Amino acid sequence: MPVELKADKVLDLKGLPCPMPVVRISQEIMTVGIGQVVEAITTDPGALADFPAWAASTGQEILRTDQAAGEVRFYVKRLL
Amino acid sequence: MGTEQAVKEQPRQAAGVNLPVENKISLIVFSGDLDKLLAALIISTGAVAMGMKARLFFTFWGTAALRDARKSVEGKNLMSKMFGFMLPKGATKVTLSKMNMGGMGTAMMKMLMKQKKVASLGEMLTLAGQMGVEICVCEMSMGLMGFKREELIDYPHMSLCGVASFLAEANTSRVQLFI
Repeated sequence: MPVELKADKVLDLKGLPCPMPVVRISQEIMTVGIGQVVEAITTDPGALADFPAWAASTGQEILRTDQAAGEVRFYVKRLL
Repeated sequence: MGTEQAVKEQPRQAAGVNLPVENKISLIVFSGDLDKLLAALIISTGAVAMGMKARLFFTFWGTAALRDARKSVEGKNLMSKMFGFMLPKGATKVTLSKMNMGGMGTAMMKMLMKQKKVASLGEMLTLAGQMGVEICVCEMSMGLMGFKREELIDYPHMSLCGVASFLAEANTSRVQLFI
């Protein structure tokens, strides 16, 4: 069992298709402090590929990706 | 034969060749079809989310999608009026490039989009404006079709431009697309 991650902000992106999950996380990550974590919950299967691509391009870090019952949960740490 | 004379000698100017490539995307939006316009808006808003700067160059059929249905301008000649009448007046009036079927296909697609929470073209334009996507509209296309600046939508980052503006921007962009 991985260590429980504490999110500083929870972002509900359920039901939103492309490009909204990536658009929203890019906006919301800037509303927390550097080093803080946003937990983004999405139902978009494309996000599984898109969030890592987004993080790599923007220099943010995805700490963990949880998949369960049609939902993908990303824990994103703001580095920049 | 004025054009022949003009192309005979064109010394190449090397300035600008070594300009640094920046993290930018430049798109030519030539098409006035709903599906292709949506693709252009999704890519450009996605690009801003990815930390890129995005600029859309609207030309030819694409310009009609930027008209504001609530605005009208006086003083157009007959041809301009005819073009204005025949071309879609804004983002809500554009149709699919395929399967339009007299508007039925487009209506069905819009219904599906709503059902699946896919943003409409109008909503995408608003989002693009909020995110800082820049729009340049081809001056020559506007003139050709008789469109005036005053009948375009209120978009926060819109300007009129020509081919040189696109090339200068594309030259320093990492990604260039023609849609």
